[in-house]
Amino acid sequence: MRQRSRLPVLAALALTAVLVLTGCGGGSTDEPGGIDISTGTHHINLVAYAVPKVGFDEIIPAFRQTAVGSDIGFSQSYGASGDQSRKVARHVPADVVNFSVEPDITRLVKAGLVDEDWKSAAPYNSTPFGSVVALVVREGNPKNIHTWADLLKPGVEVITPNPASSGSAKWNLLAPYAAASSGGQDPESGLAFISQLVRDHIKVNPKSGREATTTFQSGQGDVLISYENEAIFLTKQNASSSASQQVEYVLPPVTFQIENPMAVVNTSDSLTQANDFLQWQFTDEAQHIWAEAGFRPVVPEVIAETADLFPGETDKIWTIKELGAVLGRGIDNGKDKTGWAAVDQVLFGAKGAITAVYDKGGSTT
Amino acid sequence: MTTTSPVAGAISAPPDTPKAVRKFNKGAGGVGPIGLGIATLWLSIIVLLPLAAIVFKSLEDGPVTFWQAVTTPNALAALRITVVVSFIVAAINVVLGTLVAWVLVRDDFPGKGFVNALIDLPFALPTIVASIVLLSLYGPDSPVGIHISATQPALVIALLFVTIPFVVRQVQPVLIELDRDVEEAAASLGANNLTIFRKIVLPALTPAILSGGGLAFTRAIGEFGSVVLIGGNIPRETQVASQYIQQQIEVDAPVSAAAVSVVLLVIAFVVLFVLRVFGSRASKREEQNR
Amino acid sequence: MNVSTGVRLTLRTVALGYLFVLLIVPIAVILFRTFEHGLGQFWEWITTPAAISALQLSLLIVAIVVPLNVIFGVVTALALVRGRFRGRGVIEAIVDLPFAVSPVVVGVALILLWGVGGWFGGVESLGFRVIFGLPGMVLATLFVTLPFIVREVEPVLHEIGEQQEEAASTLGANGWQTFWRITLPAIRWGLSYGIVLTVARSLGEFGAVIMVSSGFPGISQTLTLLVHSRYIDDYNEFGAYAAATLLMIVALVVLLLMTLLQRTRKSS
Repeated sequence: MRQRSRLPVLAALALTAVLVLTGCGGGSTDEPGGIDISTGTHHINLVAYAVPKVGFDEIIPAFRQTAVGSDIGFSQSYGASGDQSRKVARHVPADVVNFSVEPDITRLVKAGLVDEDWKSAAPYNSTPFGSVVALVVREGNPKNIHTWADLLKPGVEVITPNPASSGSAKWNLLAPYAAASSGGQDPESGLAFISQLVRDHIKVNPKSGREATTTFQSGQGDVLISYENEAIFLTKQNASSSASQQVEYVLPPVTFQIENPMAVVNTSDSLTQANDFLQWQFTDEAQHIWAEAGFRPVVPEVIAETADLFPGETDKIWTIKELGAVLGRGIDNGKDKTGWAAVDQVLFGAKGAITAVYDKGGSTT
Repeated sequence: MTTTSPVAGAISAPPDTPKAVRKFNKGAGGVGPIGLGIATLWLSIIVLLPLAAIVFKSLEDGPVTFWQAVTTPNALAALRITVVVSFIVAAINVVLGTLVAWVLVRDDFPGKGFVNALIDLPFALPTIVASIVLLSLYGPDSPVGIHISATQPALVIALLFVTIPFVVRQVQPVLIELDRDVEEAAASLGANNLTIFRKIVLPALTPAILSGGGLAFTRAIGEFGSVVLIGGNIPRETQVASQYIQQQIEVDAPVSAAAVSVVLLVIAFVVLFVLRVFGSRASKREEQNR
Repeated sequence: MNVSTGVRLTLRTVALGYLFVLLIVPIAVILFRTFEHGLGQFWEWITTPAAISALQLSLLIVAIVVPLNVIFGVVTALALVRGRFRGRGVIEAIVDLPFAVSPVVVGVALILLWGVGGWFGGVESLGFRVIFGLPGMVLATLFVTLPFIVREVEPVLHEIGEQQEEAASTLGANGWQTFWRITLPAIRWGLSYGIVLTVARSLGEFGAVIMVSSGFPGISQTLTLLVHSRYIDDYNEFGAYAAATLLMIVALVVLLLMTLLQRTRKSS
């Protein structure tokens, strides 16, 4: 009796184990019937933040169709920008990196993994695409949100990820800050706006952009501060979502330019191929693919050609360079700091002003 | 398995050891000093060394920095919330988990095997799925009209979900092995059910219950994946310590993260130690009574 | 203890009610969302090349972690319960510690130890990749699953007492025979549940593994990492639910297997 009832069970188990564990059927594509992009004489490991995956899913197959990219296999790793950057600093195998904020590349420069002159190694400061800060609202915009000031109307709940848990979230707060402070000229007004926003209108603190979107889609809040490309993606998804999850987005008249730099890791085994891939991002074909995926291209001709993919009028789009130049005057013992170094020190560092606002903020609603 | 395996070597004392010494070295069926050595080595490599690395990291900038890092208002609030909520969760688990184990072992109803099989599933679920589902069930769009997202009760619900197996699975094997003869003897001597439960069953289950409760508590204090989304991560209200630690890592303050982790560790260690002491006292009393 | 019907039904209702609200409903929601588009879609999404690789990796980690934990866990439990030495309470608390450590901290700790520039960082120069390789993920999983078998076996060892083993040794059985014939069968339910919990926990481990994995699909992505990646990076909610259901199915299969093996051994 014992022999009979045990045997078929063990046999089935052994069979399954053999089938599964002998490595048949594995691969890196995650789509039913998808194409395999991992074969080739050379190999590129791409380590990026999560957002551009939809773009890379189109870019990589297109690159492999070109003469220069035809024999290159790809592996891609996505995750939170800061986490990915720290991993590369700890020598996760990487050939090309693409992060949400420049400090995540600066970290690698300090670790000796990216050349100091990485910005000049490729056109447009080695930043092939970007986005702007947008406001996602419920379908029909019931609370009539169009400007930053509308966020401070009574009863409006704002969802934006906590900049302390997500470096990518810093962009979201730079937009209202720059708008309220006229590019940093009037820091007090800027901070006053952020303080009021955090104190009275932000209740939950999702730890990443995706969690913020999930929270918003589950019914919490009236406005989601997000990247334009995410907003475009969400509105495209509306066709298949339930009524309560349908959204639309608004571009506030004054917003902020999101720049997501790309660089080559200098310890790569496939340096030439990695550089080819990076340079190719700035070709017409690649720029069009990024635009179709919802990311703003950087080459002027393509910007003009794809303008209708990015509806919405803006009066002013602030950049990190402009803001950094204003905020960074004399803050380094009399010397000037620029760009992210300035912004981080003044606003987001351990003694940063926005960090302090969040620390004291909590929820009083 | 042949007698050359480490387990075998650990269990049988060398044949020429005098009988008296052998009895002194190990309890019957025990593993002797070699077994203890193996166990210690295993624990050291897998658990102690990584934790030692964290402790060292936390003290890297000196004890003053350590103290400052753990006494910022947000850190203290996060620790307080974590401990209080985890304690509540453990208490609920102790009562209801024992009840569930009882029903699964001593009762019989259609679908019992099915229910029994489900108990471990929260464990196998990635925290992101658990958190999305809990948010959709008990958040603003709740189909059952329960809106507790971004509140402390939400933390309790999420933590209960991931700690259900602990007390249940600790008590079940003990209940299965429990000798019914003693209970029947007591019943035939006229004791009522409550007395039998209090004086015979409960003491036998106490070590397992305490153990399971301690595990539920400590698991709850370390959990964050499933609570951040539904808890809302509101500093000083629903932000748990592990989320605070993640933030410290994100802003490149690893020493501060390590410091708060060490405090959590110490809290857990103390709680577990105290429960152990109670548990072993209870089981010693139990053994004496036999 | 013969409980009256009224009490029995009350206990049953309370227990089942609690489980219904807290356990059955969430799981039912997951299953509903997984299968509402039909079995075909589900099958498609769990047989993508990345999903198959993820399943293989998860099972491989389980296949390494479970035997190690069984051996060392039982030895530790025996040492703690049957041994007579000072400092038992300390060791028992150490065994429980992995639970208290947040997964983020586990990842950080392992990186501090084995990563570049860490205490054992030199191991990288020997060509042996721990962090960002399989050993790193195994170590992380070992850390978080270490307590289970010890914890499950200990109370049972307490409960059964030493009498049978003492009897066996006075009858001339050596340590190994005593263990295999007397102790092991007596602890089988505790050991089974310990194994089930270990497997379930290994499958569901995320926070520590994501830090020590390089995250490349097809190479170092476990099933939990795949679920996470599908939901967060791909916005593929359905794919995430499908993979999560696959995880639950594997955990269920393990439980059913352990129960089956117990039953057949019992009936023999």
